[in-house]
Amino acid sequence: MFEKVWQQHVVVEPAGEPTILYIDLQLVHEVTSPQAFEGLRLANRPLRNPARHIATVDHNVPTTSVADRLVIADQVASAQVNALRKNCAEFGIELFDVEDAEQGIVHMIGPELGATKPGMTIVCGDSHTSTHGAFGALAFGIGTSEVEHVMATQTLPQDKPKTFRINVEGGVNGELPYGVTAKDIILDIIGRIGTDGASGHVVEYAGSAIRALSMEGRMTVCNMSIEAGARAGMIAPDDTTFAYLKGRRFSPAYEKDPVGTVSAIPNYPDSFNPPPISRSPWDLAVEQWSALVTDLGATFDRELTIDATKLAPNVTWGTSPGMVTTIDSAVPSLADAKTDADRKSFERAFEYMDLKPGTPIKDIKIDAVFLGSCTNGRIEDLRAAASIVDGYHVAKTVRALVVPGSQAVKHQAEAEGLDLVFKSAGFEWREPGCSMCLGMNPDILSPGERCASTSNRNFEGRQGRGGRTHLLSPAMAAAAAITGHFTDVRYWKFNSKEGR
Amino acid sequence: MTPINTLTSTAAPLPLPNIDTDQIIPKQFLKRIERTGYGDFLFYDWRYNFDAAGHTTPNPDFVLNKPEYAHAEILLAERNFGCGSSREHAAWALNQFGFRAVIAPTFADIFYSNAGKNGIILCRLTDAEVETLIQRSTANPQHQITINLEQQTVTDDQGFQAHFDIDPFRKHCLLNGLDDIGLTLLHKDKLDAYEAKHNEEFWLAPKAQATA
Repeated sequence: MFEKVWQQHVVVEPAGEPTILYIDLQLVHEVTSPQAFEGLRLANRPLRNPARHIATVDHNVPTTSVADRLVIADQVASAQVNALRKNCAEFGIELFDVEDAEQGIVHMIGPELGATKPGMTIVCGDSHTSTHGAFGALAFGIGTSEVEHVMATQTLPQDKPKTFRINVEGGVNGELPYGVTAKDIILDIIGRIGTDGASGHVVEYAGSAIRALSMEGRMTVCNMSIEAGARAGMIAPDDTTFAYLKGRRFSPAYEKDPVGTVSAIPNYPDSFNPPPISRSPWDLAVEQWSALVTDLGATFDRELTIDATKLAPNVTWGTSPGMVTTIDSAVPSLADAKTDADRKSFERAFEYMDLKPGTPIKDIKIDAVFLGSCTNGRIEDLRAAASIVDGYHVAKTVRALVVPGSQAVKHQAEAEGLDLVFKSAGFEWREPGCSMCLGMNPDILSPGERCASTSNRNFEGRQGRGGRTHLLSPAMAAAAAITGHFTDVRYWKFNSKEGR
Repeated sequence: MTPINTLTSTAAPLPLPNIDTDQIIPKQFLKRIERTGYGDFLFYDWRYNFDAAGHTTPNPDFVLNKPEYAHAEILLAERNFGCGSSREHAAWALNQFGFRAVIAPTFADIFYSNAGKNGIILCRLTDAEVETLIQRSTANPQHQITINLEQQTVTDDQGFQAHFDIDPFRKHCLLNGLDDIGLTLLHKDKLDAYEAKHNEEFWLAPKAQATA
């Protein structure tokens, strides 16, 4: 699949230089773009193809209230958001601004709009661009110089990455064990291969457990490919993909729009030939996308198979996503470190996280819960969390917030009454954005605070200087919010009065 | 970009694996719209101590605050340096602080690319070679390391000699300070032809029409 997408986008292969690859879509946000626009202006270069750019504001918009978002108190953040507005107007890029119904985290709105499609090349100045690979697109994060390069040329010089297939095999029909989610699959993979385990590779996720995942789950898996060091993650498009995309704002039309007909076979009587049938752009698109599926017998530079029937809910204990274990085990000891370098990082992580080796994960108490991010801020994530909290209340010592990934998710959740479930359980219900995943806006942890987070990085200070982050699935985060410590959702006693 | 070929300097050892871009430049400094002024914030959470009122003082234990390492232009680190976020601000901060090269066993992909575009030389040496250099620079802050990009070698004043691999094109760009965008636009005719044909492939267009 990767090979096909790559070949379709080769503009030129200059001798002795990287391939110049055509980029179908660049997603733009406020943080990594201002210096790129400035570069264009300084070099007096136009933006080559505005129709292949979409912009939104997500990283540093406040999530507290609509009023706080319209007038951002932080002057530096406000100036950055205003710079994006000015730049989009000047260069003709469609911007989904804070008050728009389509606003959200950049990796949420691409798929929601149907802008993300199978077979495309997609880039964004954000490492979690790998999310879009869930649709069979080749999607990867880039730096600001490269953002400027795409603006100026709609291409990127790229060395061809190697390929790595990870087969995740589930039970009957690809089923995962009870309480295990897409988040646990990807955390397990990172724990297994390490945070540089897929460096230089594009990972293709395959196998029955991946096929059985919803698009939301597939996006969660591809999203954290970067946490395993991968250049990108991809999943071959199938009926699940097509069903998700059909009818979205930027998807090809599927109603009564004849663009192609099956031609009659010459020299046969009319009665033999079927009547001409018209096919919509949607039908033609599905035909093209279906051809992307990996050929049987395709070879990969590396391959790994994981038995998903043996997985359990995961929780990270340290300061790197690879420092992960299952809910029923304990913080490892120094003896578990494989190398000297690992031993040093373990020691540092024990100190930073204020954890003793051997502490059972379930005994770790938390102060905060963050439900959201481009990893787990989708409707399915909020449904899973809501079903856990329904009928309960957040523990007295815990501050818990839900930040839907996009306006669309927020509205859908409100239509289903999930906001009321969260609010009556004592969660804060916020406006969409990146929020506490990286703490660029006012949502941050205080030094020493410990957070159960559905986001993607547990680096030192990621959610605020001195803050301690544990990564886990939405259901696991919800359970921890209620009990005040990590809790195994496999034994959760549901308390919903409405049988949610 | 300024051309660079050889560099001789003392080196600051930061002997940790997986140093992520959140450590190199924390998020609060990404709100700026300028491309300069990031050097003061390099390794911010490690470089400064914070009191209850939020005031900062330099952390005397952190290597970059030790006067003997103040002028080092080479940074020594362990594997997977620059992992995490794609923020090019990490490369800007290293550069603007005064680093011209980083030596480590491996680098994260996006950081590797960002550093190259900012004229920072990244040398991948073996774990053992990096360990040797870290030990020597730790024992003697005046330890001088020389990087020769043309020859692809790292040497020191105590007989150390190592070879590093670098993509020939990247090397060419660093040696000559070339602008990538200008290089791509040399192929404008082929790009125009490709794009005209590609734009008809509506199933790969970001904005198709959902209704007929």
